[in-house]
Amino acid sequence: MDELTKENIIKAGLCASVVITILILPVIVVWVGSNGIGVISWEFLTGRPYRFELGGIFPQIVGSIYLVSLCSLLGAPLGVASAIYLAEYAPNNVITQTVRFFTETLAGMPSIVIGLFGLEFLVYYLQLKTSLLAGAVSLSFMTLPWTIRASEEAIKMVPRGYRDASLALGATKWQTILKIVLPAASPGIITGILLGMGKAMGETAVVWLTSGSGLEAFVPRSLRSPTGSLTMYIYLLATQGHTSESMSRAFGASLVLLVMFMAVSVSALIVRNYYLRRLGPR
Amino acid sequence: MNGNEITPGQAMQDVFEEFRIDGAVNKVVFRDFNLWYGENHVLKDISVEIKSNIITSIMGPSGCGKSTFLRAIDRMNDIIPECRTSGQVFIDEDNVYAEDVDVYELRKRVGMVFQKPNPFPQSVYDNVAYGVRIHGMANGRELDEAVERSLRMAALWDEVSDRLDESALTLSGGQQQRLCIARALAVEPEILLMDEPCSALDPIATAKIETLMRSLQEKYTVVLVTHNLQQAARVSDMTAFMYIGEVVEFGRTKDLFENPEKELTENYITGKFG
Repeated sequence: MDELTKENIIKAGLCASVVITILILPVIVVWVGSNGIGVISWEFLTGRPYRFELGGIFPQIVGSIYLVSLCSLLGAPLGVASAIYLAEYAPNNVITQTVRFFTETLAGMPSIVIGLFGLEFLVYYLQLKTSLLAGAVSLSFMTLPWTIRASEEAIKMVPRGYRDASLALGATKWQTILKIVLPAASPGIITGILLGMGKAMGETAVVWLTSGSGLEAFVPRSLRSPTGSLTMYIYLLATQGHTSESMSRAFGASLVLLVMFMAVSVSALIVRNYYLRRLGPR
Repeated sequence: MNGNEITPGQAMQDVFEEFRIDGAVNKVVFRDFNLWYGENHVLKDISVEIKSNIITSIMGPSGCGKSTFLRAIDRMNDIIPECRTSGQVFIDEDNVYAEDVDVYELRKRVGMVFQKPNPFPQSVYDNVAYGVRIHGMANGRELDEAVERSLRMAALWDEVSDRLDESALTLSGGQQQRLCIARALAVEPEILLMDEPCSALDPIATAKIETLMRSLQEKYTVVLVTHNLQQAARVSDMTAFMYIGEVVEFGRTKDLFENPEKELTENYITGKFG
């Protein structure tokens, strides 16, 4: 075999890897879609689950939205504030390097461990019960490092010239951060928060341990209510249902989850582009 | 006519120039000023007097400390954590490095324009209004007037009056730099520091900025850092030549370029190094 043939085989092999990678997403989407579309009906989307595999998934849809929204509401301000400190105020020394190491490690922490901690500490010790609040707080443990990292990167990307110009006009550091740096960094920060929301939305282990059983037949009425989520519902129907009906419901709920996830991703893109356009050409 | 011959009219003009420069009062005075970045001694025993309402340029090769010199006047070097200073810098009678100095007030008194045009990613109007709002100097109708006045002083009003709401980043490079000048003027400074303001601009935009500088000297003390010798010769009344942290020579631009006292200065302006 001559060198050119070898070269071509390698090229073809690498190209095939890319094709496989690209195909994974559409294959999953089409598979889930074709298996799940059959159960999608008005009743499925607006009803409540009963007798395990009957009824609808409305409380689960609302539960997922509540969990994710509350998680962001709690996590985003804390994350952005930490990012501001790390990017703008923290001196580069052992302490901040340790803080960075902590957030990086937290980012890679297996979610089942975070869930277990949430169960033991929030649910039992702080007596939050298996509830919307316990679930959202645990989820925010998981998304917080991602928010911090995305926001810190976005803040650091703001050109130094903007800061110089603001300070030279007699603005204080905080005025500069608030009026110049954060608006300029906002596309990155918001994208980070939305991607964190997407991650939280798809999380199963954490909510399974901290927020509810998954088959709740009611929409949570307070922070202390047990709250079902789509991921738990899918998990339960796929693992404990023994009929093809429960499997197709799991696929139906997956389809809904996918659509919600894509809505978040697309809005992340839209927000980003909107801000970039508003900021004008770079 | 021979180029060396001096006509009576020109002689009169020279006398007038001399009077205008020598008659000017001191605005910024450096006294035995030293500055270090960590172990790096960047400014060494600087003692110069910069006069008001004329243009003073600081020239020298890259890394000679001319930007640091400029940033020493409005204490922009404070941003760098390992920066230390000794000696004094006075603006009028006030020691800029005294302990009780309000650095934000100081920076309001001293406007700064940077090498690369750096308008904020906001509208033209908001850019000019930024400092005015920060210092709570005006709002509503008064703010509109301050914005217009500043843009007129920066010779930009006619080009942007119908696009005040557009992003400043849609302007050309030269317009952006004049916008930055307008933004600096809006907080009514006394001194305008310009750090190689034309180095990122084309010759036409440069010419506009230079004309603008000439018109600004009536109201402001202008200090210009440049590594462009022709620019220093063209626009400034007095020139300082800096080399490795020291002011080698400081005098009237005409004298410095025609009869430099130091050999180093002569070597620099004749292009032997740079």
